[in-house]
Amino acid sequence: MGSNEDSAQSVNGSSIKITDVTQDGDTLTFAITSQKSSSSAGVCVFRTYEDFEWLQQGLFSQEDVPGLQGVIFPPLPSKPLPSTSLSQAKALKQLGFLALGDEWMIYCKALELYLQQVAAHTTLSKSKALYSFLNSSESPGKQCGKKGILNRLSQAMEEMRKEGHKDVDEFFQSERDSSTNLSALFKLSTEKFLDVVLNKQRLALACGHFSTSLHLCVNQDNPTAVAFSKICLKLSDIIEAVKINYEKVSDNDISTLGLGLDLESRYQEAKREMLFRRTCKLVELETANRNSERAKPNKKAIMEGVQKATQKEFDIISSVAKQEIEHYHRDRVSLLRDFLICWCEKQLSTARESSALLSQHLDACKKFAV
Amino acid sequence: MTAWEPPDRPRSRLAYCCPEKMAEDREPPPLADAVQTDFREVEEGEDLFVSTVSTAEQLSPTSPEPASFPAEDISTNSNGPKQEILLDDDQEDLFAEATEEVSLDSPEREPILSDGPSPAITPVTPTVIITPRVDALFDRSLDEDEEAEENGDTFDMQITVSDPEKVGDGMNAYMAYKVTTKTSLSLFSRNEFSVKRRFSDFLGLHSKLASKYMHIGYIVPPAPEKSIVGMTKVKVGKEDLSSAEFVEKRRSALERYLMRTVNHPALVKDPDVIQFLENTELPRAVSTQALSGAGILRMVNKAADAVNKMTIKMNESDAWFEEKQQQFENLDIQLRKLHASVESLVCHRKELSVNTASFAKSAAMLGNSEDHTALSRALSQLAEVEEKIDQLHHEQAYADFYLFSELLGDYVRLITAVKGVFDQRMKTWSKWQDAQVMLQRKREAEAKLQYANKPDKLQQAKDEIKEEIEEWEAKVQQGERDFEQISKNIRREVERFEKQRVKDFKVVIIKYLESLVHTQQQLIKYWEAFLPEAKAIA
Repeated sequence: MGSNEDSAQSVNGSSIKITDVTQDGDTLTFAITSQKSSSSAGVCVFRTYEDFEWLQQGLFSQEDVPGLQGVIFPPLPSKPLPSTSLSQAKALKQLGFLALGDEWMIYCKALELYLQQVAAHTTLSKSKALYSFLNSSESPGKQCGKKGILNRLSQAMEEMRKEGHKDVDEFFQSERDSSTNLSALFKLSTEKFLDVVLNKQRLALACGHFSTSLHLCVNQDNPTAVAFSKICLKLSDIIEAVKINYEKVSDNDISTLGLGLDLESRYQEAKREMLFRRTCKLVELETANRNSERAKPNKKAIMEGVQKATQKEFDIISSVAKQEIEHYHRDRVSLLRDFLICWCEKQLSTARESSALLSQHLDACKKFAV
Repeated sequence: MTAWEPPDRPRSRLAYCCPEKMAEDREPPPLADAVQTDFREVEEGEDLFVSTVSTAEQLSPTSPEPASFPAEDISTNSNGPKQEILLDDDQEDLFAEATEEVSLDSPEREPILSDGPSPAITPVTPTVIITPRVDALFDRSLDEDEEAEENGDTFDMQITVSDPEKVGDGMNAYMAYKVTTKTSLSLFSRNEFSVKRRFSDFLGLHSKLASKYMHIGYIVPPAPEKSIVGMTKVKVGKEDLSSAEFVEKRRSALERYLMRTVNHPALVKDPDVIQFLENTELPRAVSTQALSGAGILRMVNKAADAVNKMTIKMNESDAWFEEKQQQFENLDIQLRKLHASVESLVCHRKELSVNTASFAKSAAMLGNSEDHTALSRALSQLAEVEEKIDQLHHEQAYADFYLFSELLGDYVRLITAVKGVFDQRMKTWSKWQDAQVMLQRKREAEAKLQYANKPDKLQQAKDEIKEEIEEWEAKVQQGERDFEQISKNIRREVERFEKQRVKDFKVVIIKYLESLVHTQQQLIKYWEAFLPEAKAIA
């Protein structure tokens, strides 16, 4: 919980890497390395998901940050479920793309991005919690942190009402509207893309079965049977190539566009949550205004005090929010761009490989004398 | 007569229905070529009865055929003169150019009830008219045929089945298909002609061919299967994707069926086949209906056959047959497994196409809603790329399906025909044995008569018995000859079948690979086009 100057040494955000993950029963432990921006010396720590949750709570509960509620908090991925065959479906539902990929690679990538985003945030990077998280040899999650004023927002019925509350600021109103719309669309696209990817994996599996069946069609009884066997084996190889292609294509999908869409969806949610917090504050402010107007003379001063404080809070939140939104727009575009380029390049490379291999097979088959 | 028009769809989902129509949008599916190249390259002239002697003279100078029908002597008791009797007045003079051609190699002996010609058909089927002169034909040595193979004839015949058209309404409606033949074979009176046929016509053709040739050991390609469910949907006018697919599947199957049939050197010359391809009007084959009297008779006979099969214990003197039967059993199992695998593959690919389209739609919506211009553009491009990829998946599923699934299905059915032919051999053997038993009995009866006590009736009885013995001796000889002949035929047919199988699969694999390579190359183009768009996001 150090309150000394260590925390002032900022971490080099892009140096944060999750280098390893180990599974022990139900618990995953992540190895996280990072460097300070001033030195090249690296630090390695081991953290579990609870530690990440502790960090997120810590960020929510910083007390000395004005307008904290206006911050768009980088979204933390959901808790990883160890994937046994029973919970595979559940894992997919909860984590989406993050549940796919070998050995939690995609999930680790998402966590890594989370940490990098926190470290890149002007306000959040200064948090002691982050410092502790990245440097402390002890697992900070074991300490009971204060419950922050901002809990993970669950939209209770009464809260839902506030969501639609009309804004006083055109900029924010339009941001809220577009946020609601885009958020839903991104979520939908992510789900659809997940369906596509899972389908490709099934296709790869089916190709595998076909290839194996062909392999079993070997028969040496007579020259024609031998010729037929050769053909079957050739086809088996071809189908195997098709299968591998599908596997690569879906891996590409998962590690680039899939991850990108997932991240974008969650970030959209984070933005919505921030806007909602501000809206709640707005409602609070308007209530305070009314109270102040209607207050009896003896309470008037107090009410006015409350009103002024609330107004101030609201204004700060709004100004922070505005900045955050601008950064958000810039960051997300750049993030999506990177993911889209990466996706395209990988798929292009895979397609070229596959095309070359299949062309080879084609040439070989044409020469195949019967 | 209401022409059935395929429903108008914005996307090329009708690929399954009318591939020709989609040609403008995308390259024609590989199948059409597959069928043609498949069968074109095949014919090495396993011309059994390449005795179309005089055809060489009759052929027009422009025809490439002369080389393919080397002059071979046919024994004088050929079927030459009989040709004229064959032709009915209301048919064109089919054999104008081929007067001495042997079109009928193996005439009907006794009609197999299960597949007999329908009484409703105008009986001009040569089968009924020709008196069998089998011996002469079958005595020809096969060595001549093997030589014929070496002559490398080009089998120049191309059949397409197209333009499915719904005729009539309600439950009496049916699909009429256009059958177009392009050939330079002199068997036919023209080089290019087309007729309208319905499904039952095809079944009728198969039925006739099977009854003529199966019992002498020829592997007659099986006709496509009936489908009561599929056809009912079409009849009641359910114009959805599945009935469009059904019609396309059937059209393609009919085409392959005809090509396989004419690919058989004996069958292509069969007058029923020629009549089927050339005649404008064909009498309706009623006996092919599932629930007709003939249909039921067929079922009964099939059951009887099955029982017989179980009770005939043949002394197999020829190991080749035993081995081959086992091999075909194994092959049957393997092919069915492969077929199931491919069907699953096709299913997943179709699903993928649907899912990709769905994703493309949602990406398009994103593109529309996104405020950031460059990002919006990129997302819209993404949607387009995915849509194009969906097309590719669709085409690939089409290729998987037609190239493999149908090929495997065809071969599973062909193997059933092969097994049928082996069964026929067993039946032939059985008949021969029965004749021997009868002969033995007659001889015993004769011997008994020597010691009989009724002198007045004796001479008459003796004469009768003598006659009967002669009759049965002839039958035994015939039985033996038949058995030997069918065995010989089967060996040859099986060899031809095996060679054909290898060729068919090879051709299909190449077509499939070509389609795979094409898909990948298209993908490359799409990705290359998308990359600058992604990079342009600022």
